[in-house]
Parts: sequence; structure tokens; C-alpha cells
Amino acid sequence: MFTTPFEKIITRAWGKPGSHSLETYQAAGGYQALEKALEMAPAQVIDEVKKSNLRGRGGAGFPTGMKWSFVPKDNPKPKYLCVNGDESEPGTFKDRYILEHDPHMMLEGIAITCYALDAHVCYVYLRGEFKHQAERTQAAIDEAYKAGIFGKKVLGRDFSLDCYLVRGAGAYICGEETALLESVEGKKGWPRLKPPFPAVVGLFGAPTVVNNVETLASVPHIFQRGAGWYAGLGTDKSGGTRLVCLSGTVKKPGVYEVPLNLTVKDLIFKPEYGNGLPAGRKVKAVIPGGSSAPVLTADELDVALEFEALKTKQTMAGSGGVVVMDESACMVRCLWRVARFYAEESCGQCTPCREGTPWQTRLLRKIEEGRGTHEDLETLVHVASSIAPYPPIGLGNTICALGDAAALPTHSFFQKFKDEFIAHVEQKKCPLGDKPWGAFQDAYNKGLPQ
Amino acid sequence: MGNALFSPDEQKTFDTKLAELLSHYPDDRKSAAMLPALRLLQELKGWLPPDGMELVARRLEVTPARAYEVATFYVMFHTKKPGKYTVDVCTNLSCALWGAEDLLAHLEQKLQLKSGEMNDTFFLRETECLASCGTAPCLQINEDHHENLTRKKVDEIFSRLP
Repeated sequence: MFTTPFEKIITRAWGKPGSHSLETYQAAGGYQALEKALEMAPAQVIDEVKKSNLRGRGGAGFPTGMKWSFVPKDNPKPKYLCVNGDESEPGTFKDRYILEHDPHMMLEGIAITCYALDAHVCYVYLRGEFKHQAERTQAAIDEAYKAGIFGKKVLGRDFSLDCYLVRGAGAYICGEETALLESVEGKKGWPRLKPPFPAVVGLFGAPTVVNNVETLASVPHIFQRGAGWYAGLGTDKSGGTRLVCLSGTVKKPGVYEVPLNLTVKDLIFKPEYGNGLPAGRKVKAVIPGGSSAPVLTADELDVALEFEALKTKQTMAGSGGVVVMDESACMVRCLWRVARFYAEESCGQCTPCREGTPWQTRLLRKIEEGRGTHEDLETLVHVASSIAPYPPIGLGNTICALGDAAALPTHSFFQKFKDEFIAHVEQKKCPLGDKPWGAFQDAYNKGLPQ
Repeated sequence: MGNALFSPDEQKTFDTKLAELLSHYPDDRKSAAMLPALRLLQELKGWLPPDGMELVARRLEVTPARAYEVATFYVMFHTKKPGKYTVDVCTNLSCALWGAEDLLAHLEQKLQLKSGEMNDTFFLRETECLASCGTAPCLQINEDHHENLTRKKVDEIFSRLP
């Protein structure tokens, strides 16, 4: 594909004054897409989204239109839309800026989606730490009610829609869609066994769609510009543009809206994106899709940042979080930081994850501190395999994907940087000594590099 | 018990805001308001005192155990009274690559606390990724976000705390 010339759509207004206000959004054509969608039959709206090839931007990349079509039409219960704004996959920070700069784009997507699903209530779930973003979103919701976009009659039509903000309270697991539903229901975030999937038994036992913030912000463009136009921006299987979050050892970290054929290499090195690494530094490893995604080596970067392409490298596009580690960063220590996070965030429901994630963390710390043995290396792989096997064969041994998310980095770091792990054991210390963090070890102490 | 927990003004705020929250959910799903109700309690009291959690449970028509269960699951809820400022430092990968370990060590020394410890003024802890990896390192002080930190900037932020 790529028949439509690339342009920024999600980020078009970022940084412009007042971009978050209804007035500015409407001046740029905002809510015209909703008008158009309301002229169609709900089934037609779903068909358009299918034709657009929009895929979920939260991590799994599931086709959005198909997800919507799983909601049964004949179920007498009310239907719900829940927005997943629990952005917490390490390396991911795009939804933060959508909510901050252009919350109405998401709200318009919500209104269109609810109309398509015949849902009359939407809960926008934002991670608890997003204080400023929650304020922005609530202000936008209030504006939308006042303007007659939400409420008893959406844009004067015979369709009612209520939209409520729910703030989380600090739990990565609530980004998993069934844990999110539990949390919206006022419970601890323990993922549910599937099936049944939320489309059939979701919030309050009723059919529910859970969509990511960026996914919903993409929806208006499909109706504003046409499904064919939107599909033409992307590949045969995945439409639109994509937000990628670049962080780690690059000169220009940040969120970039990119075409789906952009390679990891170009994202890191092109001047309009990462602009390369600081002088004298070389890439050692790159996580391409949030910390759950298996790591790539410096030789593997000629791959597009796209769902299907990254699959061929046994990794995933995930949530779009690209983390660059340079040659002077210690892979054991990087992995330890990641492993520690999953150990903290394991909800404790499934034994392999509850016991395995802290075990991995203890072993990695031991190895990093020079107390590890060859047997520890074997145990590390064994523990990770007990949580989820590698290469992945679908879901591992746990109810939700957090187990896989915790095991995949361990498998991939160990497999691709085995020598470094062995060096820790044989030298009985971290070969990088007390400077395991590479290029920007001193950035914090000396001020940021220009 | 409500009287001992809240001042008359606080009680009024609690009742009004809780009624608003409950209107967001189906009538037979009052307990769905658990997270926002606990947040409301914490905004009023600075933490979740046991009698407050019991009050929330009663209003939402669930057992106190349900309120405790939720309160102890989520890290932003304080079931012990924290210091005046909760300092959440991100030490995940992207922040660590930009010096978060040094940042934490500096704060430990500055505040005379180990990560996870608290005194009357500060509660210092490491937290999950704050979704601010492009502006690393970062921290939050009572939910106020600070990013692109350097040692100098951190010192300035702390010197400005009221």
C-alpha cells in the first residue's frame, strides 16, 4: 500500500496554542467526522473501520473493526466502551501527549465508536499518575457536554451518550483489558480468564469494547478523510500512521508520528527523529515495542516499526516504545531494571508469574553484582521458561500477558547477549564496573547534553 | 464515626462528591465507585484512615474487607499516613539510562531516607514507569510531575516546596 502520501494526523495540532480546547479542535474540522458517522447506519460505521485497516495501538495490534464486530447485536444488556489510558508499558509515553494536546480527538473517536456499538456509556480509564492529563480530559469532557456532543442528544440526534473519567491508582496490570474492567468495577486489578472475551462478557457482565487512547484518536480521521485514504497511509494489513516513543541513548528522544514503513534504524538516526547517538557512541541493543518486546541487536535494525515486520524478527511492535541502549550500557543491569518492574507489577494471581518474576530479579541482581554462577544462568532461563516459553507460542503459563512480558526480555537478552552474562560470572563483577549506564551516566549530574 | 473522621466541611464535600460519583454507575453497582471514593477520602485526609475505609465500604454497600483489598492493591493509596510529600522516583530502564540511579542516590542522601522509608515530611520510593521516558529522568511529588531532571533542577524543585 502506501498509496496515500504521509502526513501527520494524530499529532497535527501538538504544540499549537490552545490545541486542547474544543474551539481549536472544531476550527480544524473537529467533530465533522462524527456528523458524517451519525448519518450512517451503525453497521456501516463498523464496516468503514474494518476497511480502514485500523489496528489497536495499545500493544496487541488487533484489528479494531473486527473487535467491534464481536459485540453481539441481540444481547439485551447495555453495551459499554472503556478507554484504556493506563499507559504504563516501560518506554511508552504517547497517550500522555494525546490527552494533553488534543483530548477532543479521542473524545470524537469515543462518540463515533459508541454510536457504532450502540453503547450509551463510556468510561475513560486513565492511569492514576496522569494528574494533568486527567484535568485536561475532564475539561474536554465538560466542554463536549456543554456543546451537545455528549449528553441526551448527541449533536441533536436521537442518541444519548455519557462519558465518565475514571482514574486508576497505580497498577501496571490495569492496562490489561480485563484487569482494567475489574478496576472500573471498583476492584483490585486481577485479569480475568478468557474466554469469555469482554466483547461478550465485559464491564458489569455486559458486552464491552476496550480501546486504547491512540486507537480512538485515529477513528475520526477514517470518517473525515475516508477509509480508503486512511488504509492507504499504511501497509496492506495495517492502516494509518503510528506514534512511536523514542527514548534511551539518542540525541532527540520524544514521540514521533511516522509512516508504518519507517525502520528502527531510520527512527534512531534520521535528523527529524532521534538524530543518532551522542558522538562516539554505538547502538548495542534496541527494544522496539515497549519493555515486553524481545530486544533487537545492532544488526537487526533494518526492520519496519510495524506489526507484521517485527514479527519476522521474533519481536513485536507492541505499544510503540523504542528504547535505545548504547555499547556502554550493561545488558544485565538493563534487564535487571526491566525484570524488577515486572516483579513489582505482577498482580500475584498466577503462581509462575508471582514467584517467577521476583526470582528472575534476584538472580539478575546477583549476576550483576558479581556473585552469580553458571548454574544461576541456567536457572534464570529455566525460571523464565516456566513463566512463558521462548520463542513464544501464544500465551505462556499465566492468565494474562504480563507473564510473557516478564519472560520475553529475559529470554531475548540472554540469548542475544550471552557473552556479557557469562563475563559477569567469570569476572565476578560487572565488566563495566560502577558505570553500567552508558552515555548519559553523567548527564544527570552535569546537566543535559545539547 | 463520620463526625470524628471529618470536620463538618469535609463531611459535606465527601457527601456531595460521593453522590456525584455514584451517579456515574448503575444503581446496583455502587461498589464500582471504590477507586474514586478512596481517592476522594485520601484527598480529604492525606491518607486512608481505617474508619474512613469503613465509611467508604458502608456507603458503597460492601464489606470493609473490600475497601482494604482495593486500598492495599494500588500503590497510590496510602493505608499508612505518609510524610507530607510522597516522592515517586522512576528508576525503570529509560530513566536509568539517563541517570535515575544517581538521582535516587542523591535524594536518599538529601532527604536522609532510604527508598521505601518515610518521615513526617517525605515518603521516598521508587515507582513504576511514569510514561515520561522521552523526558527522563523524572519523578512525581504528590502527583505533580517533574521531568528532564538534573541534580541542579532537583535541588531547585525541593527548595521551592512549601
